[in-house]
Amino acid sequence: MSRYTAVTDADREAMLGAIGVGSVEELFGAVPAAVRMDRPIALPDGRGEQAVYAHLRELAARNVSTEDEVSFLGAGMYDSYSPALIEMLMERSEFLTPYTPYQPEVSQGGLQVMFEYQTAISELTALPVSNASVYEMPSALAAAGYLAKLANKRSRFVVSRGVHPHARETLRTLARGYGAEVVEVGLADGVTDREAWFAAIDEETAAAFLQQPNFLGVIEDVADLAAVEPITVCACDPQTLGILRPPGESGIEIAVGEGQTLGNRLDFGGPSFGFFAATEEHLRRMPGRIAGETVDADGARGFVLTLQTREQHIRRERATSNICTSQALNALAGVVYLAWLGRRGIVELGELLARRTDFTRRALTALDGVEPLAERPVAREFAVRFPGADLARVEAIAAACRAAGVNPGYPLGRDYPEFEDGLLVALTEQRTRVEIERLVGTLAEVIA
Amino acid sequence: MKTIFERGAAGRRAFVAPPTEVPETPLAELIPEAARRRTPPRLPQVSEPEIVRHYVNLSKRNFDLDSGFYPLGSCTMKHNPRLHERVAALPGNAKLHPLQEPEASQGALELMWNLGEALAEIAGLPHVSLQPSAGSHGELAGLLLTRAYHEERGERRPKVLTPDTAHGTNPATVTMAGYEVVKVGTSAEGGVDLDDLRAKADAEVACLMLTNPNTLGLFDPNIEEIAAIVHGAGATLYYDGANLNAVMGVTRPGDMGFDIVHFNLHKTFTQPHGGGGPGSGPIAVSERIRPYLMNPRIRRREDGTFDLDPEGYEKSIGRLRGYQGNYGTFVRAYAYICSLGGDGLAEASETAVLNANYLKARLAEVAGERLPAAYERICGHEFCLSGAPMKRALGIATLDLAKRLLDHGYHPPTVYFPLLVEEALLFEPTETETKETLDAFVAAIAAILAEAEEDPEIARTAPHTTPVRRLDEAGAARRPVIRQLLEEDQ
Repeated sequence: MSRYTAVTDADREAMLGAIGVGSVEELFGAVPAAVRMDRPIALPDGRGEQAVYAHLRELAARNVSTEDEVSFLGAGMYDSYSPALIEMLMERSEFLTPYTPYQPEVSQGGLQVMFEYQTAISELTALPVSNASVYEMPSALAAAGYLAKLANKRSRFVVSRGVHPHARETLRTLARGYGAEVVEVGLADGVTDREAWFAAIDEETAAAFLQQPNFLGVIEDVADLAAVEPITVCACDPQTLGILRPPGESGIEIAVGEGQTLGNRLDFGGPSFGFFAATEEHLRRMPGRIAGETVDADGARGFVLTLQTREQHIRRERATSNICTSQALNALAGVVYLAWLGRRGIVELGELLARRTDFTRRALTALDGVEPLAERPVAREFAVRFPGADLARVEAIAAACRAAGVNPGYPLGRDYPEFEDGLLVALTEQRTRVEIERLVGTLAEVIA
Repeated sequence: MKTIFERGAAGRRAFVAPPTEVPETPLAELIPEAARRRTPPRLPQVSEPEIVRHYVNLSKRNFDLDSGFYPLGSCTMKHNPRLHERVAALPGNAKLHPLQEPEASQGALELMWNLGEALAEIAGLPHVSLQPSAGSHGELAGLLLTRAYHEERGERRPKVLTPDTAHGTNPATVTMAGYEVVKVGTSAEGGVDLDDLRAKADAEVACLMLTNPNTLGLFDPNIEEIAAIVHGAGATLYYDGANLNAVMGVTRPGDMGFDIVHFNLHKTFTQPHGGGGPGSGPIAVSERIRPYLMNPRIRRREDGTFDLDPEGYEKSIGRLRGYQGNYGTFVRAYAYICSLGGDGLAEASETAVLNANYLKARLAEVAGERLPAAYERICGHEFCLSGAPMKRALGIATLDLAKRLLDHGYHPPTVYFPLLVEEALLFEPTETETKETLDAFVAAIAAILAEAEEDPEIARTAPHTTPVRRLDEAGAARRPVIRQLLEEDQ
């Protein structure tokens, strides 16, 4: 008996008797001999709780976390602060251990959380329709592509190279499945090349994709770029939506984004959540769960999963998406975080990020041999150049900084051959002035 | 209950921003007017104690696995060990940036490597990608891999076969991957109708998606022949791992002839279900599918250290999501595998199957006439009953029985699935439950049926003791209210 099962020998005997078989072996009689395992599963023997803890602790100790170095690494996920109350709520059995709320009468907690989450995302994005979460930003962006294809039956996507490289690649992977073409538009002076953008978008284009701020941290003129006929999709950084014009007011039809900074952990890349919000006309093509308000038999307020005829378990091959399990627990963290931040806090946090980012960029680019990649407004992240450096040199600079206890950011040349000399530096509310000055000092020493 | 948006008061707050510490440059000098937000998002204005009380009170309106029996078929609601939460929360895991250098994430990469090796052994298929975020995401990976495999052979195969018992995600995935669904019928014994399969498995078929045991909980004894037919037609065979909890240590998808399998770490490997995620859907594949696997790929270098292979798989379909996948779920699944070992996993499956057959036998004893088994066979980890005779005799439907179970403190089984069984009830007790729990559950079903003999109205109007009563789902869909209208909107 393992520590997670409970069948005693006496239980087993009684149970087999009730079933009317002589042995557990007989329960597997339908499995043909030819496909049977003729040996035990070859894995190390099971271990007690203490031993497993010790092993996992030893593995975790070999990772350098954001507590072990001063980290300016971002590029889509950020070392943001999550308040302790979120951890407590996420670990409550009532949120942690149920599944999708198929029985609404005993799932009002989870369903109301979804409803509140949808409201918060709609407020943040200024778009009236939100689902209850998808996996993370890149797959959310790809899901927006699929929605566009269902909506206008076209099969060409135009995507700015300002969109996160993982999101562009995910879009391409999925588009190949249903036979859509993906066309990329390059960057000029740190933002989407306006002329190339409008030239690339034609009447065959199903959707056009942007990111705000873009991958280089630069603020795009979204309203200008969104003035096109196809469905417009923008990936947004939610922590900047207190200060940046929301996608719904910039002509964007579908906003997606990464929910990691909204109360979730870095977790080496997941689980977090992706948000997905759209204009009213796309309501019945949305992917994923949606909670709706209704009343019970006594007229009392309640919540249910709604518009389920979009979904795989009802509509099967005609569903608007195949998604079933999404990221409900992480979306809970998201709405609790947004409530904690509150109406003023979301603005104050955005201002703090913008000021520290501007300050850090000025300080770094004041160094000899460091230049801004673009002289344009940024909000929480920015790119610098080391003129004349190749990727190997940038990697060496970053490695030398890390050796001094400061992770200076992400070498852009890994994803952008056109910015081989670039380094992407991210700020969070946890990076203090002392730490910023340490970054500046360390980098100055390294490149001297 | 009020929503968080209906609580609080203007000016109230929980967050206090850290000091700026740098010049307080006016925002107008940093962000151009056209890009600035004019009015702040109308988020709640609440204090920290209000937030805590609100969400703790909301949580009490949920039924959960830690409180009671949750025999939701095809979902494997097994115990979620708290050790897993503890190790996932270690700073080396929880605060590890996804783009951290390999040299500074050796523990994470080794964990992922070890988990991949363990899943390969459990599946009997040698190559693993941990990337997909859920079962249906793994299915999508499987079909995109299938497409890449056939395309390289210059073959255009537009169809994918799915049994009529399949999970809804299977046909939905087929469409998303650009294929056309062709349904395969079910035989009188509850397995794949072999004649129908032979007739449909032609040169236009790319893949058969199958789960074994299937969604009726029945292991298909013709699996070798099914594999031979599918492979004979040149198609791939896909294993939906949602039901893997029935067969660990007994047989492996690879041994049965499958080319691709997805695992649901949130079902078989104890990742808590979280009210609908996060999940995780790693896949394992055969040698012929390997070249197309998703990147990035973890590599063990000659010196025994690990990195993300910059070259990757040579003909990779690309990536399916950001970064490396839902790493936090990998930590939990790996801890589970370390705790149980091979023998413990086999025992989990044995016990799950024993519990399911025991529950089925006991229900047959007390309710065999009203709730007959859809198929009279030994079942796997779950089994399907039909509520149709109950509905005819007592005037209570499967839905009514499910709702009345809520009053008895149980989560109902999956209802109205699989679709081919009238008034279906799909029970999956898992290895977690004690015999006493199963016996008490049987007594509750018997009591509900006896009560309905006297007064069916009680079940028809159930539940009676839950935070809300039956909800108007049709009305919710007709006039969708999917966000709160805030004061300024009204």
